[in-house]
Amino acid sequence: MEAAVEIPAWRANLATIAALMARAKNELLRVPGAAIPGVLAPTIFFLGLNGVFGALTQLKGFTTGSYESYIVPVSMLQGAGFTGAAAGVNLARDIEQGWLDRLLVSPAPRWVLLSGTVLAASARSLIPATFVMCVALLLGAGFPGIDGLFVTYFMVAAMAAIAACWASMLALRFKSQSAAPLMQAGMMALILTTTAYAPLALLQGWLYNIASVNPVTDVLEAARQGFVGSVTWAETWPGVLAVTGMFVVLGTLALREMRRTAV
Amino acid sequence: MSALATNVRVVRALGMRSIRQTFRRPQLIAPIIVFPTILLAIQTGGAGAAINLPGFPEVQSFLQFMLAGAMMQSLMLAGNSGGIALAVDIEMGFTDRLFSAPIPRFAIVLGRLAGTAALGLFASLWFLAIGLIFGAEIVSGVPGALIAIALVTTSAMAVGGIGAAIALRTGSASVVQGLFPLVLVVLFISTAFFPQELMIEPAKTIAKYNPLSFIVNGIRDPMISGITASDMIDAVLAILGIVVLGLFLSARALRHRLRVG
Repeated sequence: MEAAVEIPAWRANLATIAALMARAKNELLRVPGAAIPGVLAPTIFFLGLNGVFGALTQLKGFTTGSYESYIVPVSMLQGAGFTGAAAGVNLARDIEQGWLDRLLVSPAPRWVLLSGTVLAASARSLIPATFVMCVALLLGAGFPGIDGLFVTYFMVAAMAAIAACWASMLALRFKSQSAAPLMQAGMMALILTTTAYAPLALLQGWLYNIASVNPVTDVLEAARQGFVGSVTWAETWPGVLAVTGMFVVLGTLALREMRRTAV
Repeated sequence: MSALATNVRVVRALGMRSIRQTFRRPQLIAPIIVFPTILLAIQTGGAGAAINLPGFPEVQSFLQFMLAGAMMQSLMLAGNSGGIALAVDIEMGFTDRLFSAPIPRFAIVLGRLAGTAALGLFASLWFLAIGLIFGAEIVSGVPGALIAIALVTTSAMAVGGIGAAIALRTGSASVVQGLFPLVLVVLFISTAFFPQELMIEPAKTIAKYNPLSFIVNGIRDPMISGITASDMIDAVLAILGIVVLGLFLSARALRHRLRVG
């Protein structure tokens, strides 16, 4: 009898993560309509905010004359937030339908199951981000350059991972798709209570205070730098630090909920 | 009991049901109250410096200007949510049971719209309270506030008529829910969030003729300046236009639903 070949644990884990990501990709290919809201919502926000608040660039203290360039990274991060929230809604659906139970009885570690959801959200977030950016470029936003584009995409993917951790934590806690508004509203509030609409100096009292301490402000400024100027390490590292910190905190909380979830 | 009294009871019972449904399900109340409140807070804080732009109307604060926009957003989403709830009733067969009951068909739609109007009323009171708590002045005082409440409530009912028509026609909650982004589009190309003169083309031109702009101006003017007859007439005419459109579409959709089952 031939001895069974033992697969190293790390390879088995990677294969599981890849399979879960492939499942998310298949969902996207089989039901492409499901991706439309995630793409449409940030695009509508971009077009709407640009049409409505475009005159804000006339204010003294605004760092650019192009509101398209200023607002496009906000919409790209919003797209990431919506995509991450959608990952949580899908996880809640999997819980409701019993699919997660089947995964939980498999020998895959909990962190691997969570990683599949989170990494799939990261990859999917590049679709709305690219779509919004193309619309913005067509409307006259400045091209951020290769380095700026890389930093922006990194921030978008990282923000989607953070949103997916947040939404997964809620999905595992409430075990219901009814928690969807909380997943979306939480991300929307986190992304918009920053320098989303105007530079810090032009924000009103309470929002100034929140935006000053909101880590997503650093993420947004890092993603925005290429669109409104040049890319510098001084504006990049706070963003990298912020996404790392948020990912560690929310990832830990999501993993805690995953570990507490019993079949 | 007279037929009128019976109909009023049916409308009241269905209206109360739709209100209870909304408050019981967080996914229905969140878009109506929570999202517009978050956006109001963020837009007021983020774009508040806009009142210093040349050409911006004389206002006490950006919050005072934005209140009407938040009410408008809320009532539009209330109309959309009413449509979603009606579509869910159709999907679950509840509407079929109502169709087979000895009540007029219009009472079924009117019951749903009464619930939507109540949500519009709640939204107007909510945002007026928020405005007053955070220091926004209602320039025209109590009459101005009452006009705003009346316009928001009737507009919610009018917009709900279109939501109900789409629900009756499609019978699908996901289709009505899919209109959510469209609500935002229509709002963005109105004067809900910014003065028309300061908007960027093509939104500027579209906002000039968008019926929602007339309604929002009718709600806003008593708050920021004073009650003007022309603005009121424009707002009422715009609401009437939406009511007529909603009635026409609902009647057609209802006939279609009864024909195809």
